[in-house]
Amino acid sequence: MSAITTTNPVASPGIWQRLYWTLADSWTIAVRNLRHIPRNPELLLDVTIQPVIFVLLFRYVFGGAIKVPGTSYVNYLMAGIFVQTVVFSSLSTGIGLSNDLKLGLVDRFRSLPMSRVAVLAGRTMTDLLRGLLAVTVMTVVGLAVGFRPHGSVSGWIAGLGLILLFGFALSWAGVVAGVLMRSPEAVQAGMFVLIFPLTFASSAFVPTSTMPSWLRLFAAHQPFTLVVNAVRSFILGQPVGAAGWQALVWGLGLLVFFVPLSVYLYDRKAV
Amino acid sequence: MANSNDAVVAEGLQKHFGETQALRGIDLNVPKGTILGMLGPNGAGKTTAVRILSTLLKSDGGHAEVAGFDVARHPDEVRRRIGLSGQYAALDEMLTGKENLEMIGRLYHLPKVHVRRRAADLLERFNLVDAGNRTVKTYSGGMRRRLDLAGALVAEPPVLFLDEPTTGLDPRSRNGMWELIRELVANGTTLLLTTQMLDEADSLADQITVIDEGRVIARGTSEQLKEQVGGAHLNVVLTSEYDATSAAQILGRIGSGNVQIEDDRRKLSVPVGSVPGLMSFVIRELDSVNIQVDDIALTRPTLDDVFLTLTGHTADEMGTARPAEQAKVEREIGVGAA
Repeated sequence: MSAITTTNPVASPGIWQRLYWTLADSWTIAVRNLRHIPRNPELLLDVTIQPVIFVLLFRYVFGGAIKVPGTSYVNYLMAGIFVQTVVFSSLSTGIGLSNDLKLGLVDRFRSLPMSRVAVLAGRTMTDLLRGLLAVTVMTVVGLAVGFRPHGSVSGWIAGLGLILLFGFALSWAGVVAGVLMRSPEAVQAGMFVLIFPLTFASSAFVPTSTMPSWLRLFAAHQPFTLVVNAVRSFILGQPVGAAGWQALVWGLGLLVFFVPLSVYLYDRKAV
Repeated sequence: MANSNDAVVAEGLQKHFGETQALRGIDLNVPKGTILGMLGPNGAGKTTAVRILSTLLKSDGGHAEVAGFDVARHPDEVRRRIGLSGQYAALDEMLTGKENLEMIGRLYHLPKVHVRRRAADLLERFNLVDAGNRTVKTYSGGMRRRLDLAGALVAEPPVLFLDEPTTGLDPRSRNGMWELIRELVANGTTLLLTTQMLDEADSLADQITVIDEGRVIARGTSEQLKEQVGGAHLNVVLTSEYDATSAAQILGRIGSGNVQIEDDRRKLSVPVGSVPGLMSFVIRELDSVNIQVDDIALTRPTLDDVFLTLTGHTADEMGTARPAEQAKVEREIGVGAA
């Protein structure tokens, strides 16, 4: 039997066209995810009710016992809550993707002439919007309980940019977990045990200087702390120092690490 | 052999999953505008073959071309030209029927206006207009299959793959599905259809490829396959067992082989050729010697008989040997419960 030779010409799209369709397809998938929300509003619990509970808990229950240098506890707290919320929201990226992969729907996507990355990028785009919603809700709640940030507009923009960058990077980590793990429950449990200690062994809720030295060594230098410190300084109008670019490098670094990894794992899973 | 009249060509396709050899060299071709029925029991390799042809899986060996493009080298060109409706409805439960179709259309990169019109047309044609604005979650099994098929048709692809399109449907929904499939091909679409239901292949397909354990074991039209098993049989049920001997004499003259008389001496069977007016002749002959008949029928071999002859087992017997993974998927989504 002779080999078949393909006679049909293959149009090879240019890089801008490919980029355009990657974004357009990702947006189509993101719209699909967003449509789920009003039909299943509990999908927003983790970026609304849950962080509000944290704000109230730390402001009124623990806050009175915690002394922070230079500002009120609620002012100190909010940066931690912002970052914690977008980081925890990466769990829902992982769970959502894991659910998608269980369905026949992904087979449909794979059989369409769409961008391969879009299934993943659509998820993380959704998460970015959820993060934005979370920061808005938290800011309003914070203001209501005495949050008085004095950062400049440009400081707030820089702070918000860092929060969303870090959240976006970690939602790609959520994608990796969603592709690797067998079930949404496993994703939830697996990510929780990693994220929970990271967020609490940090400067999010208490200054790391109060921790024992062995823990402080880790807590003061881990990325979560660096991002929280930078965000806090930006929104409170304090000098940011090295934490600003360190947080930026961490955010971009995680993105550069997790995006190709998740695409690689997703493609490999297909075969 | 490549042939520009073929919309689907596969040569020596192989695929293994770990130790399991799912495909052991499958050859097939589907001429443009025809239906190929890929028939085989669970675990025969049908779904694997469809997944390779629709670019979802890479083969380990062999070569395949769909709509003129190599599936391994130009998957995107293939994807632009195919529609796939799998065994498990590939729909978003939380979206409405209309939203599902529009999303699929957008992902085929069709213009928005066109997509909207096309979705409305398909909902109408598939009798889903009323359900179009409800979430798929609320759909019955038959409605899901129809919407899934509609999804495969959004871009009006020239080549369509339907993997067991009626598995788990009740007889009425199944007939409706068959009607839709026949209409499609009347419009020039090329269709590769897998099924484990012999009557489905018999009723829909122009050509049938029988697959068992990852190999093609027979191919041809339904008629050609049946001829491999033998011709028709005339079966007669007598009112009285005392007429058996004289009835057997008459049938022996008419038939083309030995007359079988069952133990109850009321049921007789004889192989017959295709003779015009055969049935009326038989009844007149029996009536002329006052033999009364309760039932008389001409049975042609079914594809079940074909399968039994070709493989030594019936299609159903293989059902227990399906891969664990497939059984798992069926459990998860509750196939058959719909």
